[in-house]
Amino acid sequence: MNEQQQTLWQFIQQQAGKLQEQTLQHIGLTFISLCIAVLVGLPLGILIVRKKQFAGVVLGIAGVLQTIPSIALLGFMIPLLGIGPKPAIVALLLYALLPIIRNTYTGILGVDAAVKEAAVAMGMSKWQILFKVELPLAMPVIFAGIRTATVINVGVATLASLIAAGGLGEFIFGGISLNNTNMILAGAIPSALLAVIFDLLLSMVQKVSFKKLKRVVYAFPVLLIVLCLFYIIPAKSEGRLTAGFTPEFMGRQDGDLGLRSKYGLKIHTIVISDAVMYKAAFEKHLDVISGYSTDGRLKAYDLVVLDDDKHIFPPYYAAPIVRDDALKKFPDLEPTLNLLSGKINDSVMTVLNYRTDYLHQSPERVAKDFLVANKLWRPERGGNDGIVRIGSKIFGEQYILANMYSMLIKGYTDHEVSTKTGLGGTKICFDALTNNQIDFYPEYTGTGLLAILQASPKTVNEVTVNRDSTYNYVQRQFESRYQIKWLKPIGFNNAYALMMRQQQARKLGIKTISNLKQFLDKK
Amino acid sequence: MIKVDKVSKYFGGVKAVDGVSFEVGEQENLILLGTSGCGKTTTLKMINRLIEPTKGSIYIHGKNIMEQQPEILRRGIGYVLQNNGLFPHYTVAQNIAVVPNLLKWDKQKTEKRTAELMEKLHLDASYLNIYPNELSGGQQQRIGLARALVSDPPVLLMDEPFGALDNVTRSKIHAEFKALDELKRKTIIMVTHDVQEAFELGDRICLMDKGKIVQSGTPAQLLFNPVNDFVKDFLKHQRLQLEFKAIKLIDLWELLPELNKEAKASSFEAGINLWEALESFKFNNGETINISKDQNQIKTVSFEQLMTAFYQYKNHQAHE
Repeated sequence: MNEQQQTLWQFIQQQAGKLQEQTLQHIGLTFISLCIAVLVGLPLGILIVRKKQFAGVVLGIAGVLQTIPSIALLGFMIPLLGIGPKPAIVALLLYALLPIIRNTYTGILGVDAAVKEAAVAMGMSKWQILFKVELPLAMPVIFAGIRTATVINVGVATLASLIAAGGLGEFIFGGISLNNTNMILAGAIPSALLAVIFDLLLSMVQKVSFKKLKRVVYAFPVLLIVLCLFYIIPAKSEGRLTAGFTPEFMGRQDGDLGLRSKYGLKIHTIVISDAVMYKAAFEKHLDVISGYSTDGRLKAYDLVVLDDDKHIFPPYYAAPIVRDDALKKFPDLEPTLNLLSGKINDSVMTVLNYRTDYLHQSPERVAKDFLVANKLWRPERGGNDGIVRIGSKIFGEQYILANMYSMLIKGYTDHEVSTKTGLGGTKICFDALTNNQIDFYPEYTGTGLLAILQASPKTVNEVTVNRDSTYNYVQRQFESRYQIKWLKPIGFNNAYALMMRQQQARKLGIKTISNLKQFLDKK
Repeated sequence: MIKVDKVSKYFGGVKAVDGVSFEVGEQENLILLGTSGCGKTTTLKMINRLIEPTKGSIYIHGKNIMEQQPEILRRGIGYVLQNNGLFPHYTVAQNIAVVPNLLKWDKQKTEKRTAELMEKLHLDASYLNIYPNELSGGQQQRIGLARALVSDPPVLLMDEPFGALDNVTRSKIHAEFKALDELKRKTIIMVTHDVQEAFELGDRICLMDKGKIVQSGTPAQLLFNPVNDFVKDFLKHQRLQLEFKAIKLIDLWELLPELNKEAKASSFEAGINLWEALESFKFNNGETINISKDQNQIKTVSFEQLMTAFYQYKNHQAHE
């Protein structure tokens, strides 16, 4: 992590192109939704002035929409409108409605009664009164509503990046997942500036005197539409395939940066949150996504992993790591745990994950079925020769592994077992291990290398050329630094991976990332 | 000209106006007088259909107003509000041009008429391009009057038109109001709660209370022949001044001594009221004034002679 000692300014210079694109997307998103909100909100506001019996209902609904947390509202939109700009614009539009409707309503109601009466008494028709008297006089209040809506939209639009609609949120959320302060600020400062600038500009519009009002009324829609175009123009530059990467993947050397530098991969990329990415690929909104190679969703959505033929993703082979003193205390532990070694490859692990994550089968059942099928299962011996304590991190794959180990120990040795599953992230598990609170847990070579040993980029480059060199390096280092032993790898590699829909990959003849690059270059 | 026939307006269970009938003749000034909540403003607003009557009918020029499209009806009736109701986002010129634009006058005609009215109302032409909030209250009220008069409607409705002005401005505007030839041709219905104003400007007065007309007649009739104590009490305040305003010189004509015309004194028409005649002694240094009736008969009177005639007239009224 220490290599990112660059200043914010350096980061901004380096990423100027991206920053500009995101800023324009952000402005576009904000104003397209604002435009539509004005087109919808203004007539609605006028309607409820005329038909007061609807005022409560309309303002009530708009008010309720406003209270829905923005991230939840974006979530509601996905099943209806998929991912991308459409649902983001709709969500932003719903947020902008309330201030516009409410201010139109109160603005028109607030017009001096004597002025309205004079207008009626002079023989103006309803529409003449609306356009010549009520709307011009309510304009400052209506503009105040538009101003509020704009500032809200600039803020909420940062969340649009989570559903692949772009905007400055890409930097903000990427920065948060990468713990990269410069990246966060490169997104946060421009979006805050946008909010302040638009607020200032609109406040000036709001204070315009009646003399200039006419010009403003004509200029404003033109300006709005120009700002909207910011979004539409960059959106045009589309390749044939679309990739969706998580913010974290976008900023990692063993992610998008590596894809660009080592493979020279140039693909139209949108940033999207992990939670909706797989489904979006399945629904053909995306063609290539970043994911984890043993994720159960691979199977659930019929995706295939592209072979990383230039090895930019460091191997994340799983193996049990055990404290040396535990191995001494339970001499039969090592051979027992090694029973599983080489038995589970990527596709097997994917299926097992699929059964727990998607079919919602219990990890015990999945573990037992596997052991039985591989003729490893033995009934419990019911021995009482000391207790082996097993730990696991807090996700399905680790639960399954912990259960398998527990069954193996009970079947093959006389030890008792206590499992401490769900120990949160790497740090909690590893601390529990070094502090003698557990005896072993399954760990991944990549995690050991990057998260625990925090190896320098140079070392990482050197040792990640193949699975054995990585394994050997972490094994050596753990032994000397922590007196912890890496047992034999279980077989599967839960690394970052690029994936595509199986059907499409087969049709286009893409098996490796190099294939993908060749395909894209042909276009 | 205008006939209001048994008109009522109920707001829910409240009878704001209850069976009111009156007629206003051509070029007559009718004042609807009363305290707040007596129904006078509601009555006025029913005439241009700002408020629709619950019962009864109203005729202008013999035509039932309910049978006309309200917008068309209103464009033919001038309306002046207490708080002027000028459009704050329009310049003075644009404000005055509202009705001409609705009537689709050409620009030149509107400009010419506007300039004419500005002059008659003693408003500087430089005001035309400024906004109403840059003018004083009295000036705004004059612009409001110009807006109502611009299309020269035969009927003018005025809702407490001078109510928001201070006393000095108000009496100045009263004087202009009476002098304005435009208004002499108009049938005017004006609402006020100010008794002095009613006596000064009204040809006839309808005194209203609780939605009904208590008494209607000339100022003198109300003053000297009140139908009940309510009318008497209503006019009790500053009674002497009211009497001076209610009595016209023509009423005193028979009681004034026959005297030949004195050349030096200033002359007045017999149609003015006693108050104006008495006030003139203050401003003109002469001992006497000339009063002319029907162009050819002239009497020259002094202040004392006028007062003597006034007391004789009052005595006479009281015994009638």
